[in-house]
Amino acid sequence: MSDPLLSVRDLRVDFPTRRGVLTAVDGVSFDIHPGEILGVVGESGAGKSQTGAAVIGLLEPPGRIAAGDIHLEGQRIDRLSQEQLRKVRGRKIGAVFQDPLTSLNPLYTIGRQLTETIRTHLPLSEAEARDRAVQVLGEVGIPSPADRLDAYPHQFSGGMRQRVVIALALCVNPRLIIADEPTTALDVSIQAQITALLKRLCREHGTAVMLITHDMGVIAETADRVAVLYGGRLAEVGPVDDVVNRPLHPYTEGLMACIPTTHERPPRLAQIEGSMPSLTAMPPGCAFHPRCPHAFDRCAAERPPLFDHPPSAAACWLWAPEGARATERAAS
Amino acid sequence: MRDGNGAGAPMVTEDEQAVLVRLRGLSKHFDVSPPLLSRLLEGKRRRVLKAVDGVDLDIPRGHTTALVGESGCGKSTVARVLVTLYRPTTGDLIFEGTDLGRLTERQALAPFRRRMQMIFQDPFASLNPRWRVGRIIAEPIRAHGLMDDDRAIAGRVAELLEHVGLRAGDADRFPHEFSGGQRQRISIARALASSPHFLVCDEPTSALDVSVQAQILNLLRDLQRELGLTYLVITHDLAVVRFIADTIGVMYLGRLCEVAPADTLFARPRHPYTRLLIETVPDLRAPDRDRKPMAGEVPSPLDPPTGCAFHTRCPLAAERCARDRPALRRDADGAVACHAVEEGRLPEWGR
Repeated sequence: MSDPLLSVRDLRVDFPTRRGVLTAVDGVSFDIHPGEILGVVGESGAGKSQTGAAVIGLLEPPGRIAAGDIHLEGQRIDRLSQEQLRKVRGRKIGAVFQDPLTSLNPLYTIGRQLTETIRTHLPLSEAEARDRAVQVLGEVGIPSPADRLDAYPHQFSGGMRQRVVIALALCVNPRLIIADEPTTALDVSIQAQITALLKRLCREHGTAVMLITHDMGVIAETADRVAVLYGGRLAEVGPVDDVVNRPLHPYTEGLMACIPTTHERPPRLAQIEGSMPSLTAMPPGCAFHPRCPHAFDRCAAERPPLFDHPPSAAACWLWAPEGARATERAAS
Repeated sequence: MRDGNGAGAPMVTEDEQAVLVRLRGLSKHFDVSPPLLSRLLEGKRRRVLKAVDGVDLDIPRGHTTALVGESGCGKSTVARVLVTLYRPTTGDLIFEGTDLGRLTERQALAPFRRRMQMIFQDPFASLNPRWRVGRIIAEPIRAHGLMDDDRAIAGRVAELLEHVGLRAGDADRFPHEFSGGQRQRISIARALASSPHFLVCDEPTSALDVSVQAQILNLLRDLQRELGLTYLVITHDLAVVRFIADTIGVMYLGRLCEVAPADTLFARPRHPYTRLLIETVPDLRAPDRDRKPMAGEVPSPLDPPTGCAFHTRCPLAAERCARDRPALRRDADGAVACHAVEEGRLPEWGR
C-alpha cells in the first residue's frame, strides 16, 4: 500500500480548565491514504470533532495538542507556526463543517470568497481565479455557475450553500478534506446529493476525506474505512464492512445493534445501558467497561492498547492475543 | 387505515371508539405579508404561507401514527394544531368526538388539553433550567388542578420518575445535572403527569445519540403498552418511523401524499415521493454505495408548484400533474394522492 497521506500517532488533546485538565482526545492513532474516505464515528463527546480540529489546527482555545504527532505527506504539521499552518490549511487541507452559514461570510459574494481563497494559494490573476471559481462551482453541481458568482450566501438554499462550502474547500485542489457532519443540517434527499458529490470528487481528484459523523448509515455508504471513538479514545478501526457487520469491540457491537433500520421492525431495539462517561469522570481501565456486557477484572484495572486483528484492530482485552475472543477466533 | 371518509357514510359509534383524533380538511395558513405601508406604498402583495393545506387523517386509539417529511412539509405545524397551540385556519380537529377548532373559550379547551401532551425535540431547551426536576414534573398537575396536597404530588412525581427509568430522588436535582437522554425521560415524565390519552412527540430522539435513542424509543413503546397511550410521532427519520409507527403519513409541502400501515408503506410504497424517500435513506444493513440521489430540492412553501406539489421533482410527472391537484384516494392498502397511481402508470416497486 502507498504511504499514508495523513498519519496521526498517539494524539492527545487537552483542555486546561479551572477544575483540572480535561482530555478530550486520548491516544488516538490512524492513517488516511490518498483518495480514501475515512469515517470517524462516535457519540457526542467522543472526541471526533476535536480530532478533526486538531488535524486542521483549529482547536478552540484553551484546547491544545498535548502529545502525539500529525504528519501530512511526510511533513509534521502539529508544531507549525500559525503563519505556516495557515498555508498548509488552505493549500493542502480543506474543511467542510455542519452549518454552511458559519463557513461563509454573509457580506461577501461567493465569487469574491472563492477568488480570494484561490488567489491566496495559487499564482493566478483575478480573471483566471474567476474562471477557476466558475469551474469549481460547476463541478459541485451549482446550476449556471457563472451567473451565481455575484450572489450572496443567503440567496442559496441550504443544500446549495453546502455545495458552495465544498467548492470553497476544493478550489485549490487540497490533498485532504476534513468534513465534520457535512450532511447533518440537511434534509435526507439533499444529504444523499452531498455524499454522492463527496464520493465523486474523491474518486476524480484522488482527494482523501476524513468524514466525521454520528450517522452510521452515511458512513456505511460513503466511507472505505471507519474509526470508532469512545470517550476520546479509539475503540476500533477497520474496513467499513467489517466494522459494521463483524465488529470486534463490544461498544461497536452495541452501537450497530441499536441503530434502527427501515428493513425490519424488531419488537425492541437493542440498547446499551447508561451513557458515555463525561470527560470529568472517565472510569479507570477501559472507558467502556462500566457499560460492557463482557467486562472482566482486567478491564477495570488496565487500559487496553489497540490489538491488531486484520483487517481491523480493537482496543479491547477480549482481543488481546491470549484474550477470550481472540482465542475463540484462532480456534475456529 | 380506517375509512372514516366514506362518501356520506354515517359515523358509527364503533368508529368513534376506535379513532381518537380525526382531522378533516385541516389547514393552517400564516400571513407573512410585508408590512401594511410596504403594501400601500410599494405595491407589494399579501403573501400567505400554507403550512398545512387540507389534511385528512384519522389517528386510531392506542396506536402510533407517524408523520414524516422533509423540512417545511408542515408536519410540525400539524402537531402544534393538534395540541391546540395553533388554531386551525379551516377544517375540523375532532378530539374524542369534540371539534376543538370550534371551542373559542380557553376554559372550554382546558379539559381537552389535560388529555393531550407534547414532547419536544430538544431536551435542553424544553426544561426550565432554574426549576428542580420535581417542580417541572409537578407543573401540569398543579396547572390543571389535579391534586393539591403537596405530599400526594411528591408521591406522584416519584412514581412518574421511576416509571420513566429515573430514581425518585432525582426530583431534587436540576436539569443540568442530567444527560440528554435522562432529560428526555424527564420531559416524558412531565408529559405523563396529567395522565393524558394522547402524546404528540415532535422529533423525540433527533437530538439524542443513537445508543440513547434506542433507550427512549423502547421506553415510549413500553409506556404505550402499559398505559394504552395514543401517539402521534413527527420525525424526518424513516428508520425511527419504521420501529415506532403503526400507521405512517407522508407529507410534502403541507399536504399528505400517502397514508398507509407501516408494513405496507415500506413493502409497497406507492407515491413517487414516498418511494424516493425510502430509496434515499442510507441504511446500515443494506448500504447502496452507488446510490442515485434524488434530484432537486423542496420548493418554497410560499410558492408551491401548481397541481401536484411534487410534479417538479417527480419521475412520473405528466401534463395533468402540473394542472390538477390529485385528491387523497383511499383503498384497501391505505390512501395515496397521485395521478400516476390512479391511472395505473406506476411501475412495480423493487428495492
